[in-house]
Parts: sequence; structure tokens; C-alpha cells
Amino acid sequence: VIVGQCGNQVGCRFWDLALREHAAVNKKGIYDEALSSFFRNIDTRSGGDGPDIYKGKIRSLKARFFQSIKALLIDMEEGVVNEILQGPLRDVFDSKQLITDVSGSGNNWAVGHKLYGCQYRENIVEKLRKTAEHCDCLQCFFIIHSMGGGTGSGLGTFVLNLLEEEFPEVYRFVTSVYPSGEDDVITSPYNSVLAMKELNEHADCVLPIENESLFDIVNKIHQMTNSGKLGATVKQSSLVTSGAGGAKAAQEKPFDAMNNIVANLLLNLTSSARFEGSLNMDLNEISMNLVPFPRLHYLVSSLTPLYTLADVNVPSRRLDQMFSDAFSRDHQLIQADPKHSLYLACALLVRGNVQVSDLRRNIERLKPSLHFVSWNQEGWKTGLCSVPPVGHSHSLLALANNTCVKPTFIELKDKFMKLYKKKAHLHHYLHIEGMEQSCFSEAISSLSDLIEEYSELDATKDGPRTDPPRLKIAV
Amino acid sequence: MSIVTVQLGQCGNQIGHEVFNAICGDIRGTHGLCSKKENESYHDTCKERFFSEEDSGVPVARAVLVDMEPKVISQTLSLAARSGYWKYDDRSHFCQKQGSGNNWANGYSVHGPRHKEVIMNLVQKEAEKCDRLGGFFTIMSMAGGTGSGLGAFVTQGLRDAFPTSFILNHVIWPYGTGEVIVQNYNSVLTLSHLYRSSDALLVHENDVVHKICAQLMNIKQISFRDVNQVIAHQLGSVFQPTYTAESALHYSRNPLGDLMETLVPHPEFKMLGLRNIPQMPENSLAYSAFSWPGLIKHLRQMLIANAKMEEGIDWQVKPPRLGCSIPSSHSTNRPLHFNTSIANLVILRGKDAHSIDLGSFQDPSLYTSWLKPRDAFNVWKTPRAFNKYEKSAALVSNSQFLLKPLDNVVGKAWNMFASKAYIHQYTKYGIEEEDFLDSFTALEQVISTYTTL
Repeated sequence: VIVGQCGNQVGCRFWDLALREHAAVNKKGIYDEALSSFFRNIDTRSGGDGPDIYKGKIRSLKARFFQSIKALLIDMEEGVVNEILQGPLRDVFDSKQLITDVSGSGNNWAVGHKLYGCQYRENIVEKLRKTAEHCDCLQCFFIIHSMGGGTGSGLGTFVLNLLEEEFPEVYRFVTSVYPSGEDDVITSPYNSVLAMKELNEHADCVLPIENESLFDIVNKIHQMTNSGKLGATVKQSSLVTSGAGGAKAAQEKPFDAMNNIVANLLLNLTSSARFEGSLNMDLNEISMNLVPFPRLHYLVSSLTPLYTLADVNVPSRRLDQMFSDAFSRDHQLIQADPKHSLYLACALLVRGNVQVSDLRRNIERLKPSLHFVSWNQEGWKTGLCSVPPVGHSHSLLALANNTCVKPTFIELKDKFMKLYKKKAHLHHYLHIEGMEQSCFSEAISSLSDLIEEYSELDATKDGPRTDPPRLKIAV
Repeated sequence: MSIVTVQLGQCGNQIGHEVFNAICGDIRGTHGLCSKKENESYHDTCKERFFSEEDSGVPVARAVLVDMEPKVISQTLSLAARSGYWKYDDRSHFCQKQGSGNNWANGYSVHGPRHKEVIMNLVQKEAEKCDRLGGFFTIMSMAGGTGSGLGAFVTQGLRDAFPTSFILNHVIWPYGTGEVIVQNYNSVLTLSHLYRSSDALLVHENDVVHKICAQLMNIKQISFRDVNQVIAHQLGSVFQPTYTAESALHYSRNPLGDLMETLVPHPEFKMLGLRNIPQMPENSLAYSAFSWPGLIKHLRQMLIANAKMEEGIDWQVKPPRLGCSIPSSHSTNRPLHFNTSIANLVILRGKDAHSIDLGSFQDPSLYTSWLKPRDAFNVWKTPRAFNKYEKSAALVSNSQFLLKPLDNVVGKAWNMFASKAYIHQYTKYGIEEEDFLDSFTALEQVISTYTTL
């Protein structure tokens, strides 16, 4: 479910890259099990699903999102969605999967959540149900949105609520783009904190992303490709920022490179569910292993490598370097340093020609420099998927439940308080039906509680470890 | 008699496939190094035990494949069929789409009851194909959600449906530094439940097999396939046909029954460890020669010193001297690192296997005091060499082999439980804190009984 401008732009990149990935693996163009996790195979003559849905040639693919849901594209102004429908991906989306309006949400969470939420509720529920019906087995919803605006933030979290109500058994993974330091939307702190409360209460897992981090990665790659170093020719298609080889035309828009990174994150996250491997890691396993307590479900992600070198005379980056990079500050998708904070849990999903011994060797090597919570000293979740991403021989996605998210939340709280103390812009929100002062105080309270939980864990970091006494059995 | 194998979850299915591969490879080869008659007899016994016949002549493994997601089973079925030498029955599998999410409670409380009927029907069908059913062999890991949780449920189902059949659970112990974060919870829940319904648990530890791959097999980049092939070889060396003391003229027909009788004299002691010697890369076999006395000597010391393989054995460990004539049930005079046994089984395969002196294994100081060595120790043999090894010996031991690993797993799980981490994921599916406590209690009991041997 992609909501708002940011969500739709990222979603679009995701579809393009997903198609590219499956095209690379699926040379014969046969609709197979792996493709079915994202796509329905439509017989364009009849409009329904093709009769031999698995063995038949791909007639025309209609997009689904992860694990058998079709996409639902929502935006309260038409510009972005229209562009998608006119672009090279137009054949992949069905007009029945769209919900649009004209005037946008004015960067106002209340407009998105309360006003449009109320107005479009039934429409959204109906379209969700229709999409879900086409799935053999619905495992997970992915929501992609930003926190700082009005639609993605407000209406996006409204949909999150809806999903919990209508499909309580289905996991809800949310990819949230948090506002950056120089964000030009004045009310983004309000929108973000109001959205945070919803994420706290209704999401199973949240992958926070910060534009600053994406920007830094884009710059790093830019420097590398333009450094002119001998032998530093980079394989274009391997860039984590690249959409090359996809359906999109050559001229890339400013946010495309950054959005491609997020798209790659989602591809890697779902790779083990789509392709085979010697140790599969499904989405429900991620939720199970990385969320020790219901509210502590914010996962810091990192992707490596960022590119592969095309020059065969240069030895390919050592495998172990890939593992080291995953823990470095530069590769995280939010401004955070997990190495110097406390790990509650960590997951490593490796793709390509990597075996269990490589994984074990690197875990042994890196463990001593990382701090794990006392009750989870060996808290690693690992997955091995045989199929690497396009342009790479191997890749690694690391997901960390780590207290290093705290600074991001504290900053959010501070920015919120700066505005709130002066009651700046509050009237824009309060005059929306259903919005009250208590919405604000509850939201900031929820965020404060979350920060407090992380602080308590941090306090245990360097403390002495006393194991609880074991049960005694009468002999 | 035939054995029906139930492969559960990704691990169970991946290993099961390698086991049938190893067995099939063994009987196909011309390296039996024995008479033609012997070879034929071995071949026939093995076929009856593990395979049924199909019209096409390709042996069909007596197995049921179960998983809660489709990719692994689909791969396993096609890999087997592609070999051309054996295959699975196309109808003997059951899978779902969404997996168990590494959640024991999901496997046990949700998938178990929901799919019990279908799975038990498949097992029943395989059982009916057997002229005589010798029992069930289940393969599963403890760390995940399907093999562990659904596996525990299915084992209970087998016990209920076949109350007089033997059930041997092959359980894979995960790497200590983790493959799954909640692996210790899943392990505790699995072991405590299996202990109730199973006859014995035969354990392989990933860490141990990994070391064998690295140090003995010289594999540089070890994959799960390598690990699984070593495990399959070790299992094959136990389950391929042998002569026993009671069945000296023809191959024994009841391997599981024999195993239980020799190794599990008391229901509180069900943990079996497995050691195999020698283990080396295939291309080294031609250059190696072994003597039985040498192999036996190493195997015995591996038992006493609790060595995981034939390299790095601590030769300093010696059995305690039994001075007093009053047998004591508390091992107060035993050195701490000495591995006390309840019962041991040595299996010898290859040239001159019949003439070996195994007196050193009958030393009473190896055993706990409440069983006489002649009851506690057994030997199975065959002159037919196994899997290209001119001589090989296996040891299946009911001893303190698994005491330390068990204690470690319970300790780590308890530590996590005390903080209540992840518990909400289990209570969501109906496994409450009480259930955890029951499992912890059961396993502390097992630890206690093995410690005071």
C-alpha cells in the first residue's frame, strides 16, 4: 500500500527494480512461484487470471505488493499517480488499484488522517478486500510512506489502523521516511509525532529511513564513480542507487537515486521469501526474531555492497569487507551508529554465493566489537538466499533492533516541543473535525514512553551481568 | 521391517534428502568389498528397510515430507527425481504457503491441529505400504518453527496413532552463536515435548559437524549441503543393515527396536549421541589404511573424553578406578570431565569386522553402576564396507555426551525467559508462561538425572 507522494515515488522504483530482478532470473519468461509473490498473471483477453497461472507464459503482469497483494496506490493529489500511469510502468498497474483526490493534504496530518480517512474509508476497505481476494495466502502488508507530510503521514497511518482492524492476522511492515534536518515542511514535526503514535500501536515492524542517510550514500557512490581512480569503473546496474536496466527512461529524477536505495532494501528483505536458499528467512520470521517486546519494533537497516567494480582486474571486494561495512555508520539508512549502542537483536540476510561458514566466520569476528543486551548475547538471526541481486555476486542486508534509534526520536520530540510550546500552527489541525488537543498530548506522551524504554535498556549496557538462578529440582 | 521417515521443515527435508542419497549411493556402489552373496543380502535388506518399489523400477523412498512453505519440498522432490536412482512418492508430501515464522507455538498450536489429519493420513499410507512396519524416524531441527513445533505435535500424533511402534527423533542442535534468535526457546519446548512421546532422541550438533567439515573433510567454504552430507553419512553408518548378537546368520530385521532395546533401558534417559570414525575427504580414502585396533582405541577415548571427533582427543582423561565393592549411585569419585555412560552401541563395517576385540568397551568403570556392562554394551557388525570406507566404526551412546549442550541451551533460554523477551510472540498462539515453566522443569529434571549418573 503506497500512500502520498514519497510513498508512490518509492513504490514506483520498487516495481521497476522488482521486474528487473525477476527478468534477470526468469529468462524464459514463464510465470513462476517467485513472481507470484508480487504479481498476478492476467490474461488480457479475458481480464481474469490466466488458466495455467504458473506454467503459462507471462502475458501481462499486474503488480501486487509483496507476498500476494496487489498494490493499492493512494494519493490525495493526482500529479504523482498520473505520472506513474503514463510512465513505462503503466501496464503493471490496474486503474482499480488507485485512490486519488485533487487538492492534497496541505502537509497536515489531521487532513490526511481524520478528513480523508473518514471520507475514503469504505473505498479503501473495498479495494483492499478485492486485492486480498486474489491472493492464495496473504502473509504481509507493506506500507510505504513518509512521516513529515500530510497524506503519507496522516492517511497512511489511517490505513495502517484499517489493516489491523480488517486483517488482524496479517503482518504490517511499514517503511517510513523520516524528515531530514533541513526539511522544508514547517509542520513536519507535528505530522511525524502524530504518525509515530500510530506506528507504535499498530505496526508490527517499522523500517525508519532518513533522507540524509540516503543522500550521503548517493554522494559516496557519486564520488566513487567519478573519482577517476584507475580500475574504479563501476558496473552501472550494480549501483544500489541505479534503475538501469529497468523500464524507466534514462533521465532520472532527483529523488530517484535515493528511492532506488529504499527499493533495493525492500527487494532484499523479500528475496528469501521469493527465491530459494539453504536457510530461508521469511517476513514473519523477521518479525518474530527482531521484536522482543511489542513496542520495540523499530529496525535500523543497512545494505552492502553499494556497488560492484566492473573492472575484472581489480579483485572483487572481499566478502568479509561486506560484513564489516554492514555495521559501519555510513551504510545505515538512518543517521545512527549501531556499533556504539546496544543491540537487542540483529538479522543478517545474505544473498548469492555465500555459505554458512562465511556467515559464521564473520559473526565470530564482529561479535566482540558489538554490544548485545544481557538476555540475548548471541542474538543473531541469519538467512541464506541463493539468488544475488542484479549486478552482484553477493549482497547483505542487516536489520538491527538497536537503541541507536533513540537520537532520531529525541530529535523529533525536541522539534515538536519547539513548535508546540508556542502553539504554532496548531489551529490548522484543531479545526479539523475529530482533532483535539489531546491527540497531541497523547502522541508526544507515546513518543516519550518509547524513548524512556530505550533509555532503560541503554542503562543496562555496561552494567554487571548476573544470570538469574536456575530452577532447582528435588533429587 | 521397514522404517518410515518423516521429514519436517527446511532442515528435516534437506537432511532427509541427503540421507536417502547416501543410502542409495552406498548400495549402488561396487565397493562393498565382500562376497556377492553378502552384498545381495545387504542390498535387499536395505531396500526393504528404506524403499518401496514402483512399476518403473526406480526405488521410492519410504518418506513423508512436511513443511509449512513450498520452496524446500519442491526443490527436494525435484533433486531426488533428477538423480535417476531413487525418488520420493509424488503424493507423499504436504506443504502450506506461509511458514511458521520460527515460532514454536505457531507450529505446535496452529499448524499442528489444523493439518493433523492430512499429515497423519500421509503417514498412514506410507505405513500401509510396508509389509512390516519397524517404526518411525523423524528428522527436524529444534531452532525453527515447523520442524520444532509442528514436529513435536506430529510426534505426539504418531505416538497416539501407533502406540506400539518405535519412534526415533533425529534432532539437529543449532549453532551456539545463533541461527535464530529464539532458538533456545524453541529448543526447550521441543525437547521437553519430544521426551514425552518419543522413544529416543538422536542428536547432531551443527557446531560439531561444522568442525568435522573444516578439520577432517578439509572443506574451505562450508555450505549447509556439506554439513548435511556428513550427517547423512553418520546416520547411514547406523541404519544400514548389520548382524547383531541375536541375529548372527541374517541381517537384523528390526533396527529401531534393536536400537531402543540396547540403548534405552530406562525412560528417563533418552538422549543419544553419535560418533563416527574415520571421516575424511573422499579423495584421501585411497591413500589411507586403518587398523581395527587403532580405530577402536580412538573411538573408546572419544567416548570417555567426550571428544566430538577423532582429532584433538584428550588422551589424559581416564576412567576412574573402581576400588570399593559397594556400588554407589552417586558419581562422587568420578572426575568431572569423564563421560559416564548408561549404554553404548558400537557398529563395525568392513573387512575382518568379525574378529575384533571390543573388551575395552566392556570395562565396568565406563558405565553407571546400575547396569552390568554385558547389558550396557552391544556390538553390531557386517563385513560389508560402508560408503567407500574400507573399515568404519560408529558409536551410538546414551551417556553424558549431551549434558553440557543441554545445560547451555536451558541456561540461555532461562536467561531470556527471566526478562520475558519474545514471550508475547508465543502467548499470541496459546503457549503461556506456564507452559514454558513446565518445559524448563522437565529439562532440568533430565539434566539432573544425567548429572548424577
